[in-house]
Amino acid sequence: MIAETGLAALWLAAGLALLQFVLMIVALRSGADVRRAMRSIAVVQGVLTLVAFGMLLIVFARSDMSVALVFENSNSAKPFIYKVAGAWGNHEGSMLMWVTILAAAGAFVALLAHRTSERTTVAALGAQAVLALGFYAFLLIASNPFARLWPAPMDGQGLNPLLQDPGLAFHPPTLYLGYVGLSVAFSFAVGALLTGEVDSRLARAMRPWVLGAWVLLTLGITAGSYWAYYELGWGGYWFWDPVENASLMPWLAATALLHSINVLAARGALKAWTMMLAVIAFSMSMVGTFLVRSGILTSVHAFAIDPQRGTFLLALLAIYVGAAFTLFAVRAPGLKEGARFELVSRESGLVVNNLILSVVLGVVFVGTLYPLFVEAVSGEKLSVGAPYFDAVAGPLALLLAVLVGIGPLIAWRRERRPVFKPLAIPALLGVTALAITIILAPGMRILPRLGFTVGTYLAAASILPLVKRNPLRAPLATWGMVVAHFGIAVALVGMAANAAFSSERLAIAKPGDILTVGPWAVQLADVTPTAGKNWTAIEAELRASRSSGVITLAPESRFYSDPPTETSESAIRTFWNGQLYTVIGKQDVSGAWQLRLWWKPFVTLIWAGGALIAIGGALALLGRLWRLVWRPRRERDWRRERYA
Amino acid sequence: MKPKNQRLVLVASAIVALFAAVLLAMWGLRAQASYFYTPADIAAGKAHDGEGMRLGGMVERGSIKHLPDGVTIRFIVTDGHAQTPVVFRGIPPDLFREGSGAVAEGRLQNGTFVADTILAKHDERYMPPELGNLSAEHKAGKTLEK
Repeated sequence: MIAETGLAALWLAAGLALLQFVLMIVALRSGADVRRAMRSIAVVQGVLTLVAFGMLLIVFARSDMSVALVFENSNSAKPFIYKVAGAWGNHEGSMLMWVTILAAAGAFVALLAHRTSERTTVAALGAQAVLALGFYAFLLIASNPFARLWPAPMDGQGLNPLLQDPGLAFHPPTLYLGYVGLSVAFSFAVGALLTGEVDSRLARAMRPWVLGAWVLLTLGITAGSYWAYYELGWGGYWFWDPVENASLMPWLAATALLHSINVLAARGALKAWTMMLAVIAFSMSMVGTFLVRSGILTSVHAFAIDPQRGTFLLALLAIYVGAAFTLFAVRAPGLKEGARFELVSRESGLVVNNLILSVVLGVVFVGTLYPLFVEAVSGEKLSVGAPYFDAVAGPLALLLAVLVGIGPLIAWRRERRPVFKPLAIPALLGVTALAITIILAPGMRILPRLGFTVGTYLAAASILPLVKRNPLRAPLATWGMVVAHFGIAVALVGMAANAAFSSERLAIAKPGDILTVGPWAVQLADVTPTAGKNWTAIEAELRASRSSGVITLAPESRFYSDPPTETSESAIRTFWNGQLYTVIGKQDVSGAWQLRLWWKPFVTLIWAGGALIAIGGALALLGRLWRLVWRPRRERDWRRERYA
Repeated sequence: MKPKNQRLVLVASAIVALFAAVLLAMWGLRAQASYFYTPADIAAGKAHDGEGMRLGGMVERGSIKHLPDGVTIRFIVTDGHAQTPVVFRGIPPDLFREGSGAVAEGRLQNGTFVADTILAKHDERYMPPELGNLSAEHKAGKTLEK
């Protein structure tokens, strides 16, 4: 009964989305007042999808094997948390989660949007309904998560063991929330293009959504990077893999949008450009979903996937993106010209930021899709990997990081004062860092060396907007910007340190043998069998020592029974100045074990930087929401008193 | 700046950025893209020594040999038409085994493929898209032999 309830809720929600779309067309043609009806429909639709998703969670939690999806992806012996998280660790479940978030976001727009005009809100809700409609069709026609099996099997096939990890409970939902948050920006942009009301009011209504989506994307990418780092056991944090690029591309577009929307909100300039970015940002989310869910590109993160579904998603992508760009091409030339600004001004600085981010987005996009293109044209197969992305995107990212230190110091509209004066100290620090790397590590490669230089400079430059004023009186949004920009510096230094100073040791060892890596002497003390709820394993006991003392690590090599799979569980120990990362491999014929050890100085700064960037975004969001909620209320009270 | 000029400058800079992105990408791809070869391609001389590339095929049964250092393996990748010897130093991915598909990244050295990485598969049902046709061909080849 539970699965059927979920399915019925999904059908009803699809019907409501259709109604919402039809209402939008009627309203835009006749000018009828449908705002209240639209709002109620959007809210009910959101609630219905939440019900459907809740039902899916219940069948997974109860291990109801008569549901095909549960049978294929779960097993009654799994720990409870992974039974529930397993609901979105598969294709159908994750698409249901996507559409649930989409509809819930629509409901929140309906409840909260009172800054844009009625026509624009109605048009935006209509656009959101069309988006949802496509994904309802996809779920109901091509990937029904609630399909039953008859007779019901005794037990399920189990979840891929690599997914049996806390990362699964956190990483996909955050990324999806981020992807789908961008859908709201998309719908607002489409709505505003339909009604022609592209102004700073629209930008202020869109901004919290863009900020929120961007924060979640940042968190999702950072978490995913750390998950891959410890789970895959390769010691790498970013592989420039298509699935990773799929999450990076929307992030790049959202970062550009986040900056240009401030120009639109504060100064009413960059109208067409911001609308374009809003369309591109969500298009990139859809491209990302398509790349991940169709499995069309070889990926280290890829799973067995049905290619038919890829075609359906591609069709949806083509329709939405094509329609949005057509609308943009028709309407953008008619938009009123934005406010003016001088060549040296904050606005220009943000344009440069946007241009560089767009170029980075462009080269990542081309590099990711190039293999598909070449194969379609010439039939040749090739892959584009880290060497390409490092060589092309690396220098651009460094250039952007240099400019990040300058931009916030420039005034809006026009800057008459010399901008470079306050940058003297940061620049000096950067040069000092460069000199130190040349003296201490003459053989360092160029990118890490520049990473240290720019990272040190930016760490100092990013806090300048808080200097020479009372930091406690600075708006939260300024604090957010400073924290996020400082986070970029932290991550840069982490990446440079990891690239320049990591030491690796790969060797075989018998119990009692000692291997050295970096400052550590690691002894293989013992290898013992062990077992968990649905796995057995061999566990190594490693005693690692350096001048400050001895610690024990226990990397495992696990064997899961449902489905039969081997995985290696790395053991990592974090110190203030780096991480010791250990993996145990196979036993060879002589009885010795393969061991792989890394000492990675300051590698944790990479994810600490990512977290700081997200925290900065969250601070800015809080600041904006504070003003959104409190300022109108104060103004209303003031008016009421005045006119009472 | 006049509003109209401002718009022109913005549009022009966007177009310049677009071209810059495409040119930069093309330059990077010419220098850095690595082609996917099968042992038959290598036997036909399509691949050059030292060029970064991917090699895909089936790991021949009985071909995996462990070298005395314990962490280097040699094996043979085949596509049913030709064979390429591969040497790899490291811990191979969990699902790497004889008789199943594999994709290795690395370069050719005197006819031997020196692999830097062997692409992991998360899932025993997963087949790299490049190998989709190959295994069908391989199977077809086998039935013909019989």
